[in-house]
Amino acid sequence: MKKYWKSQQEKNESPEIKTVKHKPKGNLEQVLDIFEDGTVEAKSNRRDFLKLCGYSLAITTVLSSCENAVQKAIPYLNKPEEITPGIANYYASTYINGSDYASILVKTREGRPIKIEGNNLSPISNGACSARVQASVLSLYDSSRYQHPQIKQEKVSWDEFDKSVSDALEAQKGNQIALLTPTIFSPSTRKAIKLFTAKYPNIKWIQYDTQSASSILKAHKLCFGKEILPDYRFNKANLIVSFDADFLGTWINPAEYIKTYTDTRKLSGTSNKMSRHIQFESRMSLTGSNADERHTIKPSELNLLIAQLYNEILALKGLKKYNASESSQKIKELANDLFKQKSRSLVVSGSHDLNAQIIINAINYELENLDKTIRLDNPLQNHQAIDEDMDQLINDLVSGQVKGLICYHSNPVYNHHKGDQLKKAIEKLAFSLSIHEAPNETSSLMKFVAPDNHYLESWNDSEIKKNSFSLMQPAIHPLFDTRQFQASLLKWSDLETDYHKFIMKNWEETLFPTQTLYTSFKPYWEHTLQEGIFEIKNNSQAKSKFAQVDIQKAFDKLTQKPGTKNIELQVYETIALGNGTSANNPWLQEMPDPISKICWDNYLNISPKQAKEMELENGNMVKLNDKLELPVYILPGQAYNSVSIATGYGREICGKVGAEVGFNTSGFTQNGFSNVKLQKIEGQYDFAMTQTHHSMEGRAIVREANLDEYKKNPKAGNDHKHKYKNAGIYKEPEFPNHHWGLAIDLNACIGCGACTIACQAENNVPIVGKKEVIRAHEMSWIRIDRYFSGDENKPGVVFQPVMCQHCDNAPCENVCPVAATNHSSEGLNQMIYNRCIGTRYCGNNCPYKVRRFNWYDYTQADSIPNNLHDPAGLTSDLSRMVLNPDVTIRAKGVIEKCSMCVQRIQEGKLNAKLKGRKVKDGEIKTACQQTCPSGAILFGDLNDKSSELFKVTSSGRNYHLLEEIHTLPSVSYLTKIRNKKS
Amino acid sequence: MYVSPIREPLIKGNKTYSQITKDIAAPIEGKPGKAWYMGISLSLSAMFLGLAMMGWTIWEGIGTWGLNRTIGWGWGITNFVWWVGIGHAGTFISAILLLFRQKWRTSINRSAEAMTIFAVLCAGLFPLIHMGRPLLAFFVFPYPNTRDLWVNFNSPLLWDVFAISTYLLVSLLFWYMGLIPDIGTMRDRVKSKAKKFIYGLLSFGWTGSVKHWQRHEKLSLILAGLAAPLVLSVHSIVSADFATSIIPGWHTTIFPPYFVAGAIFSGFAMVLTLLIVTRKVLNLENYITLAHIESMNKIIIATGSIVGIAYLTELFISWYSGVEYEQYAFLNRAAGPYWWAYAIMMTCNVISPQLLWFRKLRRNLVFTFILSIFINIGMWFERFVIIVTSLHRDYLPSSWSMYKPTLVEVGIFVGTLGLFFTCFLLFIRAFPVIAIAEVKTVVKSSGEKEIKNETL
Repeated sequence: MKKYWKSQQEKNESPEIKTVKHKPKGNLEQVLDIFEDGTVEAKSNRRDFLKLCGYSLAITTVLSSCENAVQKAIPYLNKPEEITPGIANYYASTYINGSDYASILVKTREGRPIKIEGNNLSPISNGACSARVQASVLSLYDSSRYQHPQIKQEKVSWDEFDKSVSDALEAQKGNQIALLTPTIFSPSTRKAIKLFTAKYPNIKWIQYDTQSASSILKAHKLCFGKEILPDYRFNKANLIVSFDADFLGTWINPAEYIKTYTDTRKLSGTSNKMSRHIQFESRMSLTGSNADERHTIKPSELNLLIAQLYNEILALKGLKKYNASESSQKIKELANDLFKQKSRSLVVSGSHDLNAQIIINAINYELENLDKTIRLDNPLQNHQAIDEDMDQLINDLVSGQVKGLICYHSNPVYNHHKGDQLKKAIEKLAFSLSIHEAPNETSSLMKFVAPDNHYLESWNDSEIKKNSFSLMQPAIHPLFDTRQFQASLLKWSDLETDYHKFIMKNWEETLFPTQTLYTSFKPYWEHTLQEGIFEIKNNSQAKSKFAQVDIQKAFDKLTQKPGTKNIELQVYETIALGNGTSANNPWLQEMPDPISKICWDNYLNISPKQAKEMELENGNMVKLNDKLELPVYILPGQAYNSVSIATGYGREICGKVGAEVGFNTSGFTQNGFSNVKLQKIEGQYDFAMTQTHHSMEGRAIVREANLDEYKKNPKAGNDHKHKYKNAGIYKEPEFPNHHWGLAIDLNACIGCGACTIACQAENNVPIVGKKEVIRAHEMSWIRIDRYFSGDENKPGVVFQPVMCQHCDNAPCENVCPVAATNHSSEGLNQMIYNRCIGTRYCGNNCPYKVRRFNWYDYTQADSIPNNLHDPAGLTSDLSRMVLNPDVTIRAKGVIEKCSMCVQRIQEGKLNAKLKGRKVKDGEIKTACQQTCPSGAILFGDLNDKSSELFKVTSSGRNYHLLEEIHTLPSVSYLTKIRNKKS
Repeated sequence: MYVSPIREPLIKGNKTYSQITKDIAAPIEGKPGKAWYMGISLSLSAMFLGLAMMGWTIWEGIGTWGLNRTIGWGWGITNFVWWVGIGHAGTFISAILLLFRQKWRTSINRSAEAMTIFAVLCAGLFPLIHMGRPLLAFFVFPYPNTRDLWVNFNSPLLWDVFAISTYLLVSLLFWYMGLIPDIGTMRDRVKSKAKKFIYGLLSFGWTGSVKHWQRHEKLSLILAGLAAPLVLSVHSIVSADFATSIIPGWHTTIFPPYFVAGAIFSGFAMVLTLLIVTRKVLNLENYITLAHIESMNKIIIATGSIVGIAYLTELFISWYSGVEYEQYAFLNRAAGPYWWAYAIMMTCNVISPQLLWFRKLRRNLVFTFILSIFINIGMWFERFVIIVTSLHRDYLPSSWSMYKPTLVEVGIFVGTLGLFFTCFLLFIRAFPVIAIAEVKTVVKSSGEKEIKNETL
């Protein structure tokens, strides 16, 4: 196009000048121009200045009128070397609470411990954590803990306190004093105690376990000459017979047993071998609910059965039988099966009767299980208490022979059946010293209170099994003015008080020489501290010999006591609360019992048959022995004429959360059973039950088959395939990169509930309290469904963890009016909390009912004041320290649910990106998967054909929950296979 | 149009035009009686109770209601659907009956329409306050915003927003448009200056000129044409909240027609409840005659029978489908823990309206009044049964739960009843309850024989 010119001048102007003239100016230049003395050419003028002024005035007005939140975060003046804000640090440590043990990693953020993970290197806990371990981090931030030393409830300084204690100890030199502790399996602590008792020879050390293994220890002393707890190796057994030993729940060392037990029961790939498990018990325990065959018997019938079994095995071996009544067909058959599995079987018993344990030892001996499934050369150390010692101590305290008591980490006034006597005796003592973390029924009676550190603030070591060591290191400076027990002992012994150095010195002397890898101590110590564990290789293959025991006598004693018609009461510990030490932990209180699905309570379990006879229904009240009024729960599978109740509840002196929850069972022994009288009384009691319907109603929810069927057809029990491609009206989504998924092996899941607490800790899931659980307002993102089947007196039990299924055709997504829930490009069903207006339509339309609504302001995230519902005080500044900063706190009125730990996925992806590679299979683990003691949960990428998840989901056992409604879940289940005798 | 001379007259009492105006304007011009004051104080107290309960809900959270993890909707949505249903009769009468040239509608359309608007207002409250975060309710509107957030057009709840707001708008326009000539009449009749001014403003300068009448008639037809499909669509869309979900008992293709029939059924019942009282109290027996009551009762038989057939069809299809979840859902309705709600629904909605086949009962005021209350109760329970019994036992038995309303929910329901009656009581004092202009057009159209008899 031709160029037309406007005037002569324009035509003559050269293009160069033109460009110079019209060159646009930057803002800064314009501003600077103003200050030049104003020649007309190319300078900003007054107008520009005024424009600029006006503009900046407007901007400052707008910006300053926006309210800015007051930021209280103060940056590090000197950044600690190991802390990077936003990045978690992990420290290897050890969890010890009485006899509970786990080798752990403590996750800290900006110096705060926020989560416990299992330590993969540990051969004992195998990277898993129980619910109690998971919840222990919350107890650190418990404001009801002792916060300073006290003398007669008066606050004093440690210097004054130490002086008073030393003076008192000097004054009592002539009197007998007892030091009462739980079993101590820390070598350095044992050494410290030895030094302390050496300084004060009048102090006698006594160990006391609430769940004692005293009879096993004594039986081994008699049979093998060593007072030990053997190493039971469930993974080596093809046939497991348990007489009332709840080894998956609370018996001796369940964390290890769950792993070794389920290792033999997972059917992966080509393996179709599986152990068989037979349980004899009166109460439906977690172990019994997982058994292939379960026989309900009264506690008093146990002994005879053990004796008969022994007799039958002797008969099969062609040996002389002892004199006992004719055994039933069941026992004969069992003896036969055991005999066939000679040296590959395992018989255990939770009996507190010494004679029964002797016969159990004899059975295992005759079955040649010793040194195969039971090893004596690396015994467990976490139960060393002998019941008689404690009985003797109580007698001595009552009679006044022992004049002083130092009590560490045990609460016998509450949990010993002679607690009342003990209470009176302690009140009269001249010297009483308590070393506890938090006030309890025993410590509150004592004159001196030397507050102990939480284990996350302490140094320690442990030897859970012989030659298996681990270290405990503090993950945070003590929050309160407390000092750990061992340091106090050293102080009172006038020794170096730094327990850290004490342990190092002890290790340098004892353990360092046992290894050859490191030549100097420092790197050895640092390496061990980093790994958390240390093992001494032990290749001894000593043959165990059975000593001469008077079997005849033991046998006679077992067969002499015939079963009675009395109602027998057993006291047990629950999976969550144990002996009640952690009663002030709201996470554990709100964790439903695996079998009854009741939380925040204990209750009297009664058999369905007896309930019918006594015309009792769930929640009706009964009077036990004319004194204790209790609500009943009809427990399918409870033996007729036997009842059971959990201890650990009814705490009187405890923090706000645990006090007055449930009923105190004091007065009933936990060792063995007691005969009781029951009487129905008026009254109805409400249970906080998270599941109230117990039948699957014939629906294919948990799919199961027997092993023989599975061997013939790997798809056994899983033949309800509903294969319709593209049955929906929407296009099936595509996932070009990752497609995250979970697979849950129902054969491995034992229903222990560790995953639920791990999820609670990881995802800041709020606690709602008993009243709200009764109203079905619990917030758990993952729950474990438990269904009963068959005869209510001999029910079958199945467990099924259910979380958000992350459906690719999700019914919740298309009903939300504001699109607050949607699908990610990696197959995750996402919740956008700040978009959610809370219509709950998604929750209604979720066929799995995994969506949780914030009914009240549980977290103080609501904008309306004074409407907080925080029954457990978890919104206090102290408790908030446990919150995971990677997960948003949800406000009142929004829906929340499992995110498949999206924060962990994101972290894994970012780490891989930094290293310039793809995410490796197994690198990312969800919180539930990480903690699962049986490894039942597997996370992975469904798009990755080489991933473990892809392999598992391609097996014949794989199915989706409610696949017939075409929700296309990303979570799948593997059928449950039982090993019943066909 | 030919009307049989032996038919009953639509307006009784051989009224003259001026008599009609006087009769209908009487309640506005006179002083309210004791009954009115009692009514308004009762309904105002109920309304304030409801407001307090709503405030409590917003302050404390939905936790004050009896809902739980399994049952996300309870009384709130039951009441919503119930009120929307009641809001169907007015527009049905004025729009569809207008298009079908049903002249008897003229005596009842005004009050029925007013009732529609008040009912839809009550209904609209529930979706708002049942939200967890009602202060953010504006998120449901597709307004432009810098964050590029958009609503989810796949969600039936969003369709609801549009359906209900459109319905309310069109009903309100239609009602007000019909009111204009009568407001003009009132403006000319009232004495006080203030009233004259207000009615003057509201009448938009109505003079009664032929041009005005012509425009009025045209607009009536247009709005009737717009409103008629809305009558059918609103409840179809409300039913889609349930029908498009996957919950057994909700996921049913029969829902749209069944809900519309049910809505008209319940709407007419509510009209009857109100008018039987109103005609007595306001001395309008000559305008709202037994013939009107009978006509409405006939519609009740028709829609009631449709509803009954729908119930039975649902039962049959659930069995015939062979889907175990469907079968269980319906078995559970009839025989599960909420059997009593199902029994109430069946008795009130299916059995009781069949009695109207008897002419004597159709024309019996006391019976009709009781029956209309029964139907109101029955239709409330229908929604309760659909919502709660389907949700409380769905796919996974582990989550099965029970639902019981709290006093807060009951209070809110009572509050909406209070709001409804407050509005209605104010309405009868402010506007003519019968369309004066329209009723005058039918005063001589039928029943010549009887009129003659009456004059003789």
